[in-house]
Amino acid sequence: MKVKDILETMDYGEAPESQDIALEWLKKNNAKFGLFINGERKLTTRRKFFETRNPATGKSLASICQAEQKDVDEAMQCARKAQTKWREMGGNARAKYLYALARIVQKHARLLAVVETIDNGKPIRESRDVDIPLVARHFYFHAGAAQLMEKEMPLHQPLGVVGQVIPWNFPLLMLAWKIAPALAMGNTVVIKPAEYTSLSALLFSELCTEAGLPKGVLNILTGDGRVGEMIVAHPEADKIAFTGSTNVGRKIRIATAGQQKELSLELGGKSPFIVFDDADIDSAVEGLVDAIWFNQGQVCSAGSRLFVQEGVAQVFHKKLKARMDKLRVGNPLDKSIDIGAIIDPTQRDAISLSVENGLKEGGNLYVGKNKLPDTGCFYPPTLITDVDPVSPLMQEEIFGPVLASTTFRTPSEAVALANNTRYGLAASIWTENINLALDIAPQVICGVTWINSANQFDASTGFGGRRESGFGREGGWEGLYAYAKPCHSPSKPLGKIEAKKGESYPEKNEIDRTPKLFIGGKQVRSDSGYSYPIFSNAGKEIGLVGRGNRKDIRNAVEAASAAKDWGKKTTHLRAQIIYYIAENLSSRKNEFAEKISAMTGRVHESAKEEVNHSIDRLFTYAAWADKFDGAAHGAPVRGVALAMNEPVGVIGIICPDECPLLGLISLIAPAIAMGNPCVVIPSEPFPLSATDLCQVWETSDLPNGVINLVTAKHHEIIDPLAGHMNVDAFWYFGSSGLSSNVEKISASNLKRTWVNQGLQRDWSGHLEGEGKEFLRQATEIKNIWIPFGE
Amino acid sequence: MSLPKSPPPIIRNPGTALDLDWVFAVQANTSAIERRCKSLPARRSVKKDNQAAWLLKAVSCIDLTTLSGDDTENRVRRLCRKAKYPVRSDLLYSLGFQPNSITTGAICLYHEMVSTAVTALKGSGIPVAAVSTGFPAGLSPYALRLGEIGESVKAGAQEIDIVISRRHVLSQNWQALYEEMKDFRDACGEAHVKAILATGELGTLRNVARASLVCMMGGADFIKTSTGKEKVNATLPVSLTMCRQIRDYHEKTGYMVGYKPAGGISKAKDAITYLSLIKEELGDRWLYPDLFRFGASSLLGDIERQLEHFITGHYSADYRHAMG
Repeated sequence: MKVKDILETMDYGEAPESQDIALEWLKKNNAKFGLFINGERKLTTRRKFFETRNPATGKSLASICQAEQKDVDEAMQCARKAQTKWREMGGNARAKYLYALARIVQKHARLLAVVETIDNGKPIRESRDVDIPLVARHFYFHAGAAQLMEKEMPLHQPLGVVGQVIPWNFPLLMLAWKIAPALAMGNTVVIKPAEYTSLSALLFSELCTEAGLPKGVLNILTGDGRVGEMIVAHPEADKIAFTGSTNVGRKIRIATAGQQKELSLELGGKSPFIVFDDADIDSAVEGLVDAIWFNQGQVCSAGSRLFVQEGVAQVFHKKLKARMDKLRVGNPLDKSIDIGAIIDPTQRDAISLSVENGLKEGGNLYVGKNKLPDTGCFYPPTLITDVDPVSPLMQEEIFGPVLASTTFRTPSEAVALANNTRYGLAASIWTENINLALDIAPQVICGVTWINSANQFDASTGFGGRRESGFGREGGWEGLYAYAKPCHSPSKPLGKIEAKKGESYPEKNEIDRTPKLFIGGKQVRSDSGYSYPIFSNAGKEIGLVGRGNRKDIRNAVEAASAAKDWGKKTTHLRAQIIYYIAENLSSRKNEFAEKISAMTGRVHESAKEEVNHSIDRLFTYAAWADKFDGAAHGAPVRGVALAMNEPVGVIGIICPDECPLLGLISLIAPAIAMGNPCVVIPSEPFPLSATDLCQVWETSDLPNGVINLVTAKHHEIIDPLAGHMNVDAFWYFGSSGLSSNVEKISASNLKRTWVNQGLQRDWSGHLEGEGKEFLRQATEIKNIWIPFGE
Repeated sequence: MSLPKSPPPIIRNPGTALDLDWVFAVQANTSAIERRCKSLPARRSVKKDNQAAWLLKAVSCIDLTTLSGDDTENRVRRLCRKAKYPVRSDLLYSLGFQPNSITTGAICLYHEMVSTAVTALKGSGIPVAAVSTGFPAGLSPYALRLGEIGESVKAGAQEIDIVISRRHVLSQNWQALYEEMKDFRDACGEAHVKAILATGELGTLRNVARASLVCMMGGADFIKTSTGKEKVNATLPVSLTMCRQIRDYHEKTGYMVGYKPAGGISKAKDAITYLSLIKEELGDRWLYPDLFRFGASSLLGDIERQLEHFITGHYSADYRHAMG
């Protein structure tokens, strides 16, 4: 077209970014890439190769090696070998490497961006302005984390070798999110990029060589899901970190059960985007562009459910449709493109199918009037209005540029709709009323909330989900704990602690005493109608406790759920109640010591010490209740990211058998101090301290349902409790070796688990028996991004 | 060959009744607007032939301006020549245009210079715009401000750039602002009225948005950011805020109101960003001088250099282009 004609049409024309240097790089490697193991990328013979394609053109870019079991073995061994030195060189030395990586990423920023765009299909504007700068930022931040580790996390050590599996939507950024904190904390890594998008990781391996990263510290294995499975199952891996779909995450949870591996999962989402009637409507519409049309909607935290307050819904949707029409879909290398290519035809077909099937349940389809390229893998921006919560369009993650919308009437209805999902990753809240924004933010169940914005990310601020969006945080101080563990971790094996045996009946010179279950603030009998006797060390029956069953668990979880308001009570009130529990326990010190002594056969002095420790521990968590502060992160925006410690929800706890009272208190106290109602299963052989405690709770102003006690045989109760969908976390510290079962069964709703892995913990010591580790287990960090400026 | 035909003329905005419910419902979230403006220049890139066309478009939308105390008739005549021949003829020829086919959108100056400019521009079709109503502060006696408009119109000004009373905005006295605007509009008669909001003095984007709307209700043909004399002049966030109000006003009333960012736009690249903002937020119809103007004095020079670079492949120098 001539200049004169363009002056008439005022078209943008084409503004393609050159891919020459990226293609040169591919050519230099003969478009064939081996695995990166022990600091070398080698083309091992007799390996299968697969093609990686440019989704915008469908053309093959290079052949990528499919790793095999022996490669995984080799990589793991190299990582193990490298880890000692990497750990021992100290934080400052590691910081220098991470800093070098940050600088080198910046030096090769454009090449990385172009490679990412041709391999993934995302617009060059995003890879250039979002992905790669965030990659560099992540290495900078974690260079700092390495530098400060010894000083600021003095009682922590690396986990060892970490296996990581990452998705195709942000290939290099997810690699950075995974390896930067792992390396900073002194771990070594075996990572698998997604099979669609290996190129940027392979290019990055060259940058590691440039940075002089020691051999074996980072190993990159390419291939399909089978390689991921091999990494996950590998005995050398001390931790698995996965970002990807909820389905695969669930499989990984099951596969790693009982393997004594740490696990963090960052999974799918169906995040709400809530627009109140006083919002800046134009800005909120623009916010949706960032929320659902960023990266073609292939973002786990995409704002894919739109909730608009009724009064502005009509205007909002009209503006939204007009905005959709303006989005430019096409060649991702064109600098003026808003929406690039979908990763693969199979994914595009899946999106189409989801929309097609979803529409059968109702809803009105609007497709942007965007011109799509004739070839390549593209999908237009899509809006479906009047979608009910029952529709799969509101429930299932589509992972594409598809937005489902409905209206709401009141703030509380918005919260109810937002939380009506199995996921819990992120939320956007739009209002000009700060009272409203900060009222809604804590109520939406998720890990990240953006006020008047969407999809903001920074290395300083943790990202991660709740519910079936996974667990663990990436970024910020909070993310470092996913790659470090306390130096004083239990290591001695814990044998099964048997109940005392006996035959004799209790002496009848006392009134018969009935230890009951404690549910919803009431002492109740077990639904099972069965009891089992507890004998003293001398073989004398000292109590007959209820044999809790599934229905008792159901009732207890129901009571605990109904008590979730506990988390909204002031920390001051929670502290007072825990102090009061300590006071009331203290006045019955001797009686409790005698009971411990009678059950366990331990000498009175030792039992008395346990009671004293228990009272001390209650004081500790009463102290913490109003002191476990959140943080205000220094993200590089004008605004603040508030990291708030929220309760996890209902916690199921199976208590230790080693110390029947102290073990129970050590777990319950941090749980309730942080606002979690609990369902507690006391020690199986020694449950009577717990049943006696019911009277203490009853007299300590504890609201009904905050602590629920079900005496039970641990192996019988694991299934209903760890599998219960309304239990948000599960802690197992029993001696019956059920850690593996807990981890496996918890996959039902991907609840957080904390288990003893069959190891003995020193409950009386303050290094293992109490502290921030317990508080972190009892809280979820929610980061609330609050931009400001008038 | 000449310029592409202008689209059908718009119907002048007659204004509406003051709708305070609408005014108070207007919101402008600064941080979100800033984010949009930060990504906008990176979202739209215009290269090569398209860039050349866009730059010519920018030239055709410039209100070539001189607002100095030392303006003289000769200085103004020189500027008028530049308005008629803003781009070197050999450059225009290379781009496929006749030498006299592109002019700037208007000439913008003080009242005392109006008749000189009108004479100098006779037959060119280039309108003369006069800043008015006690520009730049707008604090001279009300009757004099109205009278000043009348004088300039009588002298042949076809456009009047009025300044609003900022105090009405700062004290949220929308009724007073509305009436002032209506009076100014009436005083302009057939001449088009551009309302200068002096956005750098309005404190918040919310005020900018509400003042924009009230001025449109009062019958403004154009809303304009700045006098060029404030500490902060045209910015992208202010422009986005004002354009969104123009869009809403058009949607609700059907009338199209023009937009003029003024002050601080001096680079060809910025001009392209502004044009893409207009294209994205308001649509292609707004990309004509009857609905869009740049208030600028040094922008033209940079555009000329960029055009020469496009044609020759060599970076240009300012002395190679005629001064205005």
